[in-house]
Amino acid sequence: MRTIPLLPATVLLAVFLLGPILSSFYGSFTDSSLSGSAAAGSKFIGFDNYSALFADPDFPTAVILTLLFVIGSAVIGQNVLGLGLALLMRSSGRLVRSVVGTFVVAAWVLPEIVAAFASYAFYRDTGTANSFLALFGIAGPSWLYVFPMLVVILANTWRGTAFSMLVYSAALADVPDEIQEAAEMDGANGWKRLRLVTLPMIRQSIATNAMITTLQTLSVFTLIFVMTGGGPGVQSTTLPLLAYQEAFKFGQLGFGTAIATIMLLVGAIFSIFYIRALRTDLE
Amino acid sequence: MKRRLAAGLAVALSAALALSACSASSDSSAEPKTIKVAYQTTATFNQMQNLMAAAKSQYEKAHPGVTIELVPIQGESADYYTKLALMNQSAATAPDVQYEDTFKIQSDAAAGYLLPLDDKLAGWADYSQFAAGAKSAGLGADGKTYGVSLGTDTRALWYNKDLFAKAGITVPWEPKTWADVLKAASTIKAKLPDVIPFNVYSGKAAGEAASLQGFQMLLYGTKDTLYDTSSKKWVTGSQGFKDSLKFVQDVYQGGLGPTPQQALDPNIFTNVTAEWLPKSQLAIALDGSWQSAAWIPTGTNPWPEWSTVLSQAPMPTQLGDAPGVNSMSGGWTLAVGAKTKAPNLAFDFLTTALNQENSKSYDIGNSQIAVRNDVATDPEYTAANPSFGFFSSLVANTHFRAATEDYAQISNAITVAMEAVMTGQQSVDDAAAAYDQAVVGIVGQDGTQSAN
Repeated sequence: MRTIPLLPATVLLAVFLLGPILSSFYGSFTDSSLSGSAAAGSKFIGFDNYSALFADPDFPTAVILTLLFVIGSAVIGQNVLGLGLALLMRSSGRLVRSVVGTFVVAAWVLPEIVAAFASYAFYRDTGTANSFLALFGIAGPSWLYVFPMLVVILANTWRGTAFSMLVYSAALADVPDEIQEAAEMDGANGWKRLRLVTLPMIRQSIATNAMITTLQTLSVFTLIFVMTGGGPGVQSTTLPLLAYQEAFKFGQLGFGTAIATIMLLVGAIFSIFYIRALRTDLE
Repeated sequence: MKRRLAAGLAVALSAALALSACSASSDSSAEPKTIKVAYQTTATFNQMQNLMAAAKSQYEKAHPGVTIELVPIQGESADYYTKLALMNQSAATAPDVQYEDTFKIQSDAAAGYLLPLDDKLAGWADYSQFAAGAKSAGLGADGKTYGVSLGTDTRALWYNKDLFAKAGITVPWEPKTWADVLKAASTIKAKLPDVIPFNVYSGKAAGEAASLQGFQMLLYGTKDTLYDTSSKKWVTGSQGFKDSLKFVQDVYQGGLGPTPQQALDPNIFTNVTAEWLPKSQLAIALDGSWQSAAWIPTGTNPWPEWSTVLSQAPMPTQLGDAPGVNSMSGGWTLAVGAKTKAPNLAFDFLTTALNQENSKSYDIGNSQIAVRNDVATDPEYTAANPSFGFFSSLVANTHFRAATEDYAQISNAITVAMEAVMTGQQSVDDAAAAYDQAVVGIVGQDGTQSAN
């Protein structure tokens, strides 16, 4: 009886959250398309989309670029930089803390499209980066064209670090000073205290934060689309961009959803990995 | 706490349900007196907007009580096709009349987006004025007519006479082979290093323009073809395909074109039409007959000197083989959406938008090759633009796209191959092999044949 009031909510959740996932999953087994006879009535084609996908030379490239993007900008960039900032800010003065905090959080507060355009304006041929280099007589490279992955990783790190910094600041505040002092008394230097005391104590926050940033970064589309459009060629075409290109540029909705399903799997694998890491911590 | 949260959620969600129920019921009304007209606009293309605005006011004045709702879609061609297709997927959003590219007609008719117009056209006296070629451009694969032509176009080389004179190239320029074209571009590069010698649209960002204005303008000038119209099969492994890719590679890797990053900018069209050509930053452009539409007084970028600074030359065949020149033609139509609830009103509006007067002002305004005989022979039209004579003369040697249902996807595969060679990511042979594989993936082994 007590669960009856929850029924409408559960039904709605199923319809609006589970529904799209199931329909996308089913769509990946059809030849659904934006135009042509398949658009009039799509038919079930089994694993054809998947076999075509695995035969497509762009697919392994996209998977590698996606992993590079996630590991480069989320796991290493946002997490390490966020933790570093949180540690530095803990031991810094109030003024420094609020100034640095404001700057870092500003990037995070920007809507994604604005952050993407700001990054584009910064890295483009005649953008801020090259104008700045020109002051010192250096002719900057065509960043977006020559180093497409590097600049989107840097841009995503810039945009996302604030979140990690906030999570780690909160976690570090929970580490009792007495333990730090005790470790210091026992002769542990700064690096040892960090490695043996602080990090193990905030391990759960690290795993949670890594999971959130990973899943967020896995689905980043706007930033890359605005900055490089996935190009040149396929040099920055991660899985979300490949899915968009196939579904909406080339009109192959079924094929696009097959890529989306693969993304779901990649996300699931990362999640399982992090949940495992969390669980051992609790035991 | 938990229970209160659950209750709050339940209230919020049932409110959402009630709201969505309300919005769903507002669709059912009596016989509609309103039709939606969807068309494209871009930074350098306002002529459709002008035509539709004029037709709307004429039609509404003549038929009180009728409302023509204009739905301009801002976007370059690839985005426009996608947005239009998405609108067409649902009866609630599907337009009643739409601006439809001829090469999408077979595909969109097969998708069930377009209404066959044959019985209605039979009752429209003006339809006898349309040229036979224009009528066939509106046919679906089933032989029914789905679109009524607004005008057609051809493609050729535009070149800047001033820059040619500075570089010491004889004007009028009459290239006889591809090598002549590349030679002129090299001369420009050597003599005028600040000028982009030659633009050929290429890559995924330029989309269909890269495939048609760029690649097929080359391929149809070789001994090979893209599609065998008699066997109805797509040709794979042809030397002409590789030679065309090689040309693209020579232009971009040889520094004769824009930099690849300029060419892959989605705003390339605006850059060419509104910047590079008017500012004499580009010497040769392989482009469409409609280019001058932006520069005439009613265009988006008026440039009175265009007809004295620029001239045109036909695109030669690869080795100068007969007929010596090559052109490709496309064109756009107006079509009626299959999901319309007011097919008669929609068609009636279409006949107003395409009457002699409106067709003429559109063909002049958009620098189109007229398809209505009463426009083509109208002195006002023939005197309107000094480039009309040249571009109309190319009609004799023009080719039309193999606009089958699969064409759009195959055209995409062409742009992928172009981008791979222009950026140097693949060799010509690898890119051609990847294209062949893609084509087999699209139409199956049975839909292809190997070139001899």
